Amino acid sequence: MSDISFVVNGRRVSGAAEDRTLLVHFLRENLGLTGSHVGCDTSQCGACVVHVDGKAVKSCTMLAAQASGSTIVTIEGLANGADLHPVQAAFKEHHGLQCGFCTPGMIMTATDMINRHPEGLDEATVRAELEGNICRCTGYHNIVKAILAASKTMSKVSKGKAKQAA
Amino acid sequence: MAIEGVGARVARKEDKRFITGAGRYVDDMVVPGMKHAAFVRSPHAHAQIKKIDVKKAQAMPGVIGVLTGKELKADGIGNLICGWMIHSKDGSPMKMGAWSPLAFDKVRYVGDAVVIVVAETKGQARDAAEAVEITYKELKAVVDASKAMDKGAPQIHPEAENNLIFDWDIGNADDTAAAFKKAAHVVKMDIINNRLVPNAMEPRAALGHYDKAEDHYTCWTTSQNPHVARLVMSAFYNVAPENKLRVIAPDVGGGFGSKIYIYPEELVCLWASKKTGVPVKWVADRTESFLTDAHGRDHHTHAEMAFDKDHKILGLKVETQANLGAYMSLFSSATPTYLYATLLSGQYNIPAIHANVKAIYTNTAPVDAYRGAGRPEATFVMERLMETAARQFGVSPAELRRKNFVTSFPHQTPVIMCYDAGDYAASLDAAMKASDYAGFAKRKAAAAKKGLLRGIGMSCYIEACGIAPSAAVGSLGAGVGLWESAEVRVNAVGTIEVLTGSHSHGQGHETTFAQLVNERFGVPIDSVSIVHGDTDKVQMGMGTYGSRSGAVGMSAIVKALDKVEAKAKKIAAHLLEADEGDIIIENGALKVAGTDKNVPWFQMALAAYTAHNLPGGMEPGLKETAFYDPSNFTFPAGCYICEVEVDPETGTTEIIQFVAADDFGNIINPMIVEGQVHGGIAQGIGQALLEGAHYDDSGQLLTASYMDYTMPRAGDLPSFKVSTSNTPCPGNPLGIKGCGEAGAIGSPPAVINAITDAIGSNDLGMPASPSTVWAAIRAVTKH
Amino acid sequence: MYSVNYHRAASVADAAKLVKSGDAKLLSGGMTLIPAMKTRLAAPSDLVDLSRIRDLQGIKVSGKTVTIGAATTHFDVANDDKLRKACPALAHLASLIGDPAVRHKGTIGGSIANNDPAADYPAALLALGATIITNKREIPADKFFKGLFETSLKDGEIVTAVTFTAPAKAAYEKFRNPASRYAIVGVFVAKGKDGVSVAVTGAGDDGVFRSKEIEAALAKNFDAASLAGVKVPAKNLMSDIHASSDYRANLIAVMAKRAVAAANA
Repeated sequence: MSDISFVVNGRRVSGAAEDRTLLVHFLRENLGLTGSHVGCDTSQCGACVVHVDGKAVKSCTMLAAQASGSTIVTIEGLANGADLHPVQAAFKEHHGLQCGFCTPGMIMTATDMINRHPEGLDEATVRAELEGNICRCTGYHNIVKAILAASKTMSKVSKGKAKQAA
Repeated sequence: MAIEGVGARVARKEDKRFITGAGRYVDDMVVPGMKHAAFVRSPHAHAQIKKIDVKKAQAMPGVIGVLTGKELKADGIGNLICGWMIHSKDGSPMKMGAWSPLAFDKVRYVGDAVVIVVAETKGQARDAAEAVEITYKELKAVVDASKAMDKGAPQIHPEAENNLIFDWDIGNADDTAAAFKKAAHVVKMDIINNRLVPNAMEPRAALGHYDKAEDHYTCWTTSQNPHVARLVMSAFYNVAPENKLRVIAPDVGGGFGSKIYIYPEELVCLWASKKTGVPVKWVADRTESFLTDAHGRDHHTHAEMAFDKDHKILGLKVETQANLGAYMSLFSSATPTYLYATLLSGQYNIPAIHANVKAIYTNTAPVDAYRGAGRPEATFVMERLMETAARQFGVSPAELRRKNFVTSFPHQTPVIMCYDAGDYAASLDAAMKASDYAGFAKRKAAAAKKGLLRGIGMSCYIEACGIAPSAAVGSLGAGVGLWESAEVRVNAVGTIEVLTGSHSHGQGHETTFAQLVNERFGVPIDSVSIVHGDTDKVQMGMGTYGSRSGAVGMSAIVKALDKVEAKAKKIAAHLLEADEGDIIIENGALKVAGTDKNVPWFQMALAAYTAHNLPGGMEPGLKETAFYDPSNFTFPAGCYICEVEVDPETGTTEIIQFVAADDFGNIINPMIVEGQVHGGIAQGIGQALLEGAHYDDSGQLLTASYMDYTMPRAGDLPSFKVSTSNTPCPGNPLGIKGCGEAGAIGSPPAVINAITDAIGSNDLGMPASPSTVWAAIRAVTKH
Repeated sequence: MYSVNYHRAASVADAAKLVKSGDAKLLSGGMTLIPAMKTRLAAPSDLVDLSRIRDLQGIKVSGKTVTIGAATTHFDVANDDKLRKACPALAHLASLIGDPAVRHKGTIGGSIANNDPAADYPAALLALGATIITNKREIPADKFFKGLFETSLKDGEIVTAVTFTAPAKAAYEKFRNPASRYAIVGVFVAKGKDGVSVAVTGAGDDGVFRSKEIEAALAKNFDAASLAGVKVPAKNLMSDIHASSDYRANLIAVMAKRAVAAANA
C-alpha cells in the first residue's frame, strides 16, 4: 500500500491505495471523479487524459503513487468555478460529442493542445495532435471544428488579458 | 420554424453532463456492497472441457464466489437465442446450436465464457480467474466460412451438419437465368466484405443486483434496448419474471449495433448476484471487447450482373457466404438475409434478381448487425459492380447509374422492398457539383506531376430503415414486433415529460425529441424532459437500431402528442367558452382563432389537474400513451463521392475530399443529422482503409487490441462535405427516413472505387491498407 | 496488473540499491512498462521510479557535443531550442513518438533500455554513433542494442544519459504502423565526419540495424538520387499482418531516399 497525497482540482486529497492502483482508478473509485474513462488497455484511446503538473497525461498509464505530490486537473475541475471552460463550450456549440465517452479525454487533450500553441492552430495540426484520442461517433469533423474555435476564443481572451495587464 | 422547433440547429441539452464529466455510465454506478467480477475465458478456438477445478481460485484473497456453467444449468438458466427464424430454401428451419451463457462441455471460440469469479476488487477477481484450472482437449478449429463446409472440417455444433445454419434464397431464379440468357454483357466479381469489430468507446459492462428481501433483480447494462433485454432475460433465459426484473441502460457510450444483443455477461452477473448475495459488477477490458462483442460483416460473395446492349440492367445473381461465428447472436440470422438481400436492387430498375445466402458456423466471435447491418454489404456488392461495369463498358460511371435509376414511385423491387419516395438523380447531381467532378481530370494531371496517383469514385446507396412493420417482419420470421411506444406527461405547471422506448447512446434524443414538443406546443425545450432507458419508468419499447428512433420512435411521440393536443384543446375550448375546432396553439398559448381570447399553456395544464372546471365527463389529468407501428420501411438514399491520392512508393492513400449528398426525408435537427453522417462516414472509411478483424488458422484473434486493429483517427480523415436534398417519406407523420447508418453504408464502395480508379487495378481488398495497395500496384506493374 | 511494490528513487545511487530487491524493474516514463503490466505481460515484484531524479533530466549542448539525460521526456527533446539547432533531426524524431500525452511522460532512457524493435530512438543513436552512459560505464550504441528488447545492460545497471557529436546533416523518416503508430520502418540517416550512416528500426527481425546497401550508395554521393535502383534485401526483415518483409524492404529504400532529401533540404 502507498499513501497518496495530491491536489486535485484545487483540493488537497490523500488516501491509501495498493501500489498497483492506476491514477485513473484512484480518481474514479477513491475520489468519485468518474469523468475520466477507461476505453482501452493499451494506452491509446485517450478517454482517461488528465493534466498532471500542467501537462496532459494518460491517467491509465500512471500509477496513483507516481502522481503523489503532483497537482492534477480532471474534466470535473477544468472550468475552475466558471460554468464552462471555453473548450467545453466549443464542444457543445459545434456538436463535438455524441455518446460522450471519449469527450472528457478529448477536452483535456484539446485544452493542453491549445495551451501549447498560443500562436493558434490549423486543421492539420489539430488532427495530428489528436493522435492519442479515439472517437467512434463523430468522425472527428466537429471535434476539430470545436478545437479550432476554442483556440481562437482563448487567444482572444489571453490577448484581452494581456492588454488589461499592460 | 421556431428557434427550438423542428428544423432548428439546437445545441444539445444532454451535452452539459458529458462535457463536465458528469455523464453516468454503467461503470460509474456504485451499489452498497458491490463486488467485482472477472470471467475465465477459453484460450482455445475449439476444445472439449474435460475438467474445471476451482479450488485454488476459491482460496485466493478476496474471493467471494467462483461459479461454473454446470451450476448455471442446474439453476435453470436458459441458453442464449437467436430471435429471427430463417427457413432454408428447402423449407427446413435454421439449425441453431446451443449457446450456454457459461460453456460447460465445449468451447467454440477464443473468449467463450467458462467461469465467473466474484471478488472484493477487480484485481483480486482477475488474480483468482488465473487460478481456475481448466483441462481442455483441443479440437481442430475453422475460422473461414468457405472452408467450414468442406468435408472433414471440424463440426462445431451437432445441430448444424457441415456447419451450415441455413441455405436461403430470395427473388426468382428462373427469371434471372432467363435475363442472363438475353444479356449483351455480363459483369462478374468476387467480393469480400471484411469482418469488423464495432468498438463503441465504452466497453460493455453490467451490474447485477439481486435484492433478497424483495426477491427482485436490477441490471444496469450497456444496452441499446433495455426492454428487449428484460423481455429476453425473462422469457427465454429464466433469470426472473418481468415484474421482478428491472433493466436500466443509463448513459451508454456508443453502440453501433453491438449493444443490441443480450450477452452472457449481464445475465451471469444477475445470476451470480443471487448466488453470492452481493451486487456484482463486470466491465470488459478492450481485449475482452475485441474477443466477445458481436463482430460485423464477414461476407464472401460472387455476383454477376447482366446488361443489355444499351447498358440497361437485365438481372442480378448473387451467391453469399455469411460467417456467423461460433454461436447465433440475437439478430444474426436477419442481418445477412432480410437486411441484406432485400437491398440488392440498389437504386436501380432491375427486372430479375436471385440471391442465395448460406449462413455458416465458424470458430470465431459471433457476428451480428453492426452499423448498417447487411445494407453496407449489399451496397458494396452493387456499387462495386456498377463501377466495374462502367469501366468495362468505357462509359461514365455517373451516366451508367443514371440510366438505370428508379425514377417513379412507388417502385416494387423483385426482392420484397417497395420504395416509396426518392430522387436519386438529385443526390447524384448534388454530389457531383459539390465535388467538382468535372474538374477531376485537371486535378489528376496536377497530382501526376507530383508523382501521385489521383482517383475518384462514387457510390449511390439505398437502405431500408425505420424498422419495421411488425406484421411484415413477423411473416419473415422475426420473434418480436418492431413498433415503438411513447408517453407524454403534461405536468400541472405545464412542463412536460416524454417517455420513450427509444434509447439514446449518442444520438441526441433528449434534444430532438424535445424539439418536437416545442414545435407542437411552444413549450421551451428546457421545460421538456426525455425519459428513457429504464424499464421501471418506460413501460415497453423496442430500442434504438436500424435508424429507427426518428421514423418510428418520434412517430410514436407524435401520436401521443396528437392525443394530448386534442384533450388540451377540449379543455381550452371549455375554459374560453369557444368551439373546440376554433382553438389553435401558438406561442405557448391556446387561442381562439381570429380573436385575442386565449389561455396560456400552463393554465390549461393546471386546469387539467385542479379539475375544478373541466368539460362534463372528462377525466382529470393530461397524460397520453401511444404505440406506433410503421406501415413500411423508409428508404434513405444518397450519393457519396470520394477523391484520393495514392503514393505509389508506399501505397498510402490520402482522402483529398469526401462528399455526401443524402436524402433523409424531413429533418428535425440538421446539426445532429450531420453529426450522424460524419460518424457513419468515418466508420465506412475505416472499413475501406483501416479496419479488419484477423484470425489465424488456429482461431486466435490477431487483432485483439488497438495495437493491431486500426481505429480511424483524426489524422486519417478529412473534413467532410455533407448536404441533403430531401424527399419527405410518405409513410410516417413526420416524413422522416432516418440517418444513423447511411454514412457507414454508402462510403466503403466510394473509397474503393476511388482507389481502384487511381491505381488502375480493380483487384483490391478491404481494408486497403498501405501494404495492400502497394501490393496491388505492384501486381499491375508486373503485368 | 499483478501486485507490485512501488519505490520512488531520490538519486541514481538510491535507485541502484532499490533495484536489487526481488525481481525489480526500473520505471521511467512508464509508457511501455505500465501497459505491459496492465495486460499482465510484465510482472515485476518492485518498481523503482527514476522520473523524479533531477540529475537524469535535461539537455546540454556544448559545441558539437550533445548530452541528453536519461529521464528527459520526448516532449522536452522535441522542443529543446539548443537541440533543435544542433541536431534538428533528433528533435523531429522525438516529436513523432506516440502522442502528446505519451511524449509528456516517455523518456529517452526508458525507450532505449527497452529497445523495442519498432521504437524510434535506437535508429537515431545507432546512426549518430552515440554513446550510452550508465551508472557503471559508457557503451557505444552499436554494442548497446542487441536484438529484440535486448541490450548490453547488466542487471541493475542504470542508463543515465546519452551523448553524441552532432552530425553535419541528418534526418529521420518514419512510416507508421497504421494501428499501433510505432514504426513499420523508420530510417535515420546521418552524415558526419566519419561518413554516412543509416540505421533502420521497425523492420529488422533482430531489431535495429544499419543498412549496408544504402550506406554504400550514399558514401559516393549523399543525394537522394544515389538511391535510385538500390535494392534492400527482404531477408532478415520482419513479416506480420501489417507488412510483409518485401513491403518493409521497399519502405526502407523509400524512407531512406526521403530522409536524405530532408537532410539536404
